Amino acid sequence: MKVLVPVKRVIDYNVKVRVKADQSGVDLANLKMSMNPFDEIAVEAAVKMKESGKATEVVIVSVGPAQALDTIRTALAMGGDRGILVKVEGPVEPLAVAKLLKAICDEEKPGLVLTGKQAIDSDANQTGQMLAALLGWGQGTFAHSLELSDGTIKVAREIDGGLQTVSLKLPAVVTTDLRLNQPRYASLPNIMKAKKKPVAEKSPGDLGVDVTPRCKVLKVAEPAKRAGGVKVKTVAELVDKLVEAGVVT
Amino acid sequence: MTALVIAEHDNKTLNDATAKTVTAAALVSSPVHILVAGQDCAAVADAAAKIAGVEKVLLADDALYARMLAENMETLILGHADTYDAILAPATTTGKNYLPRVAAKLDVPQISEIIAVVSPDTFERPIYAGNAIETVQAPPGKKIITVRTTAFKAAATGGNARVEMISTATDPGLSRFVDENLSKSERPDLTSAKIVISGGRGLGSAENFKLLDQIADRLGAAVGASRAAVDAGYLPNDFQVGQTGKAVAPDLYLAIGISGAIQHLAGMKDSRVIAAINKDSEAPIFQIADYGLVADLFQAIPELNDEIAKRGIGQKA
Ligand SMILES: Cc1cc2nc3c(=O)[nH]c(=O)nc-3n(C[C@H](O)[C@H](O)[C@H](O)COP(=O)(O)OP(=O)(O)OC[C@H]3O[C@@H](n4cnc5c(N)ncnc54)[C@H](O)[C@@H]3O)c2cc1C
Ligand SMILES: Nc1ncnc2c1ncn2[C@@H]1O[C@H](COP(=O)(O)O)[C@@H](O)[C@H]1O
Repeated sequence: MKVLVPVKRVIDYNVKVRVKADQSGVDLANLKMSMNPFDEIAVEAAVKMKESGKATEVVIVSVGPAQALDTIRTALAMGGDRGILVKVEGPVEPLAVAKLLKAICDEEKPGLVLTGKQAIDSDANQTGQMLAALLGWGQGTFAHSLELSDGTIKVAREIDGGLQTVSLKLPAVVTTDLRLNQPRYASLPNIMKAKKKPVAEKSPGDLGVDVTPRCKVLKVAEPAKRAGGVKVKTVAELVDKLVEAGVVT
Repeated sequence: MTALVIAEHDNKTLNDATAKTVTAAALVSSPVHILVAGQDCAAVADAAAKIAGVEKVLLADDALYARMLAENMETLILGHADTYDAILAPATTTGKNYLPRVAAKLDVPQISEIIAVVSPDTFERPIYAGNAIETVQAPPGKKIITVRTTAFKAAATGGNARVEMISTATDPGLSRFVDENLSKSERPDLTSAKIVISGGRGLGSAENFKLLDQIADRLGAAVGASRAAVDAGYLPNDFQVGQTGKAVAPDLYLAIGISGAIQHLAGMKDSRVIAAINKDSEAPIFQIADYGLVADLFQAIPELNDEIAKRGIGQKA
């Protein structure tokens, strides 16, 4: 079974972004970029399937600028077999990403697509679900653990009330949550090897998808600032303050 | 035209995320209809009919919807989508699961987790873990929206909508419910509690988390956790507050042994009052806490419990 893993190049999760003074967006210039953390978890899950003989090939796909190639290389260093870069400058909405991935799935015919549950930049949490719908496949979102057997996959999902397990007919789309695994660090030899793994480049035109954004971002603003900073010396003083604020009675 | 809100429920009771979503929906389009999809859930439909401003409740009562599986919800909602110019769901794990499927099939971009309706086609939503607020205008046509319910007040009750049974769609046969392992708690729900007490890695063990129980019980508070605490197995996943967990906005958020990483702040910084106890005076949580106490939590928590008891706090509720 072939497993397809879409990975997004995003701002590193340790970096705090700043809004541009003209409110046209956030300033990403010279900031550290990394693979979306949920996608690292997806790559790890796919590579584990290959190591245990359940997957035959792990194909990494990224939609983004030329630098997204670095993100693909990182995934290849973790154990992916080959990459596909769909080169697009500028923002691509989840629906457009889903359409591009659908076109790639039509060609590649994977048995499973593993995406992250959410990109930590746009916080959309849509792409995997949209892809599943466009393909007419089942989905297991927010995966906590997986159990692959012949023709089906059981997914324990992290839901608001706890865990829910569903069984999906393959092919299917699974989106990863934090507890699914602990992604590995790529070793230096594997980073070197990854440089030689094949990466194909495509354009949205090749895939017949119009990626022009449909929504208009009118403004990107700083969130309301909290004053904060008052220190209390004792527990009793803390309780005084909470009573004064009227939040405990 | 009309807005459709998809109800959040457990087949028995209507979750108040629904009434909050109705408030957002009414700002987008009115009147508002509610779709209740479930099994043996007539009581939920009756509760939905009592939300003020709701004109009609559609009830799809069938085993197919018992767990609101995304694939089944997709076909059900699509069958009724024509009538509506906006479809909204709460941004719960249920809403986030099915609504993007509907959007994709309608070829409409979904606007996720809105926190404000600026005008019927323009919305505010947090991005980059809440470090920026995006104002986004949806294209003409249907609006598909999930709603961060902590940002909207629940619509009042007192309505008297009619309930209409609707026919169910066919089974897409793509997924099957296997089982569920839900956290049982007598405490209020994390996302709607007035007080939330959250613990982090500083608590050190699942056993130590019980230190928070007495205070939580006295105050009628919900208990929450940081990702580090959940990853370490101190509490189940559904306790996680943050960018990729639950968003909460209680009157009081008490953060204990939590450093205050941006991913955690994203889920709680809209709380009215934030108090923090941490032994590290440099912990970032203190930059946003209204009241910060630099102390060892193993000393401070028992003291806090005693202080609350001594003053009879919580007993007046
Ligand atoms: C993709 C992604 C998504 C994430 N999503 C979330 C999310 O939704 N929610 C979330 O919370 N995190 C999330 N995180 C994790 C986040 O970055 C932090 O790692 C996490 O919030 C840290 O949890 P913590 O504050 O409990 O632990 P730590 O950062 O380890 O802090 C522990 C704190 O406890 C204090 N402490 C220790 N002992 C004591 C004591 N005896 N008395 C008093 N204080 C003590 C320490 O001083 C320290 O400040 C995410 C990370 C990633 C990469
Ligand atoms: N530009 C992209 N390239 C590759 N994969 C993407 C891209 N955008 C989103 N994805 C995938 O979809 C998941 C969810 O993203 P989102 O719906 O944007 O929150 C991510 O974790 C990725 O796996």
